[in-house]
Amino acid sequence: MEQQLDSATLGMWVFLLTEIMFFGGMFGAYTVYRNLYPDAFASTSKHMNAFYGGLNTLVLIVSSLTMAMAVRSARVGAQKALQIFLILTIFFGLCFLGVKGFEYHEHWVEQTVPFWNWDAHYFGEPQFAQQAQILFCFYFFMTGFHALHMVVGVGLMLVIYFMARANKFNPGYYTPVEISGLYWHFVDIVWIFLFPLLYLIGLSKHV
Amino acid sequence: MSHPITPVRTYVTIWVILTVMTITTYLVAQIDLGPFNTVVALMIAFFKMSLVVMFFMEVRRERPLTKVFVFAGFFFLLILLGLTMGDYVSRGWQALGSMW
Repeated sequence: MEQQLDSATLGMWVFLLTEIMFFGGMFGAYTVYRNLYPDAFASTSKHMNAFYGGLNTLVLIVSSLTMAMAVRSARVGAQKALQIFLILTIFFGLCFLGVKGFEYHEHWVEQTVPFWNWDAHYFGEPQFAQQAQILFCFYFFMTGFHALHMVVGVGLMLVIYFMARANKFNPGYYTPVEISGLYWHFVDIVWIFLFPLLYLIGLSKHV
Repeated sequence: MSHPITPVRTYVTIWVILTVMTITTYLVAQIDLGPFNTVVALMIAFFKMSLVVMFFMEVRRERPLTKVFVFAGFFFLLILLGLTMGDYVSRGWQALGSMW
């Protein structure tokens, strides 16, 4: 049994490596363009809502704590606690997506959505109007794919919750809880990097 | 891996540190440190990531083989970012040299 959990964990990490490279490609492209247009990126970043971004970071970190607690509960065989922590994790995951929805709506109203709803006149810095679209493309692609991963994560947690309710887990077998937990923490880590790179780069710059 | 069960206190401590670091990164971003804003932000993010990987994902208690795989992930990411940027940065030098 123990070896099964080890193998599953290793397999999950192999999957997470592919995910690291998937997001890594976007982070790489971001680095290249930020290097090309540092001032435009700093100036445009001020149009991101750093409060919502920071709030979402805190929400995700709490959800990571409840996830770690859920895995721990499964290990010690605390069935009720496992279910409660899974529900909490799902709740915080949905909070994150809700705040994200508000943010996207704000960008739509402010017409800062490249291709679909873009108004260059909105920017006080017309010289950056072109490059600003590049940062917003990165913003929507990266946070969009991250949000997609969150939706998948919430779905996973629902499955795990119903499995937990059906008493599928015990201290000798809780592999699904453990490896979905790894996925959840990975998605949290992606956000830990997205937050400073998208929201915070312009706060101190006067360009 | 059958490792000892981590006490709740450890998880809560890690969570508190992560929360404090999030607020720190937000506050530091308000101060103009020139190019070091990015350096500090990335260092804090890297530190937070290490805590999540080591404690929440329990990699510190995994088998050596799993650790190697985790390390390989970051190593390949480093190759991806390093070689890409190496290319772009050195092209910049070339352009500068041709001006002379």
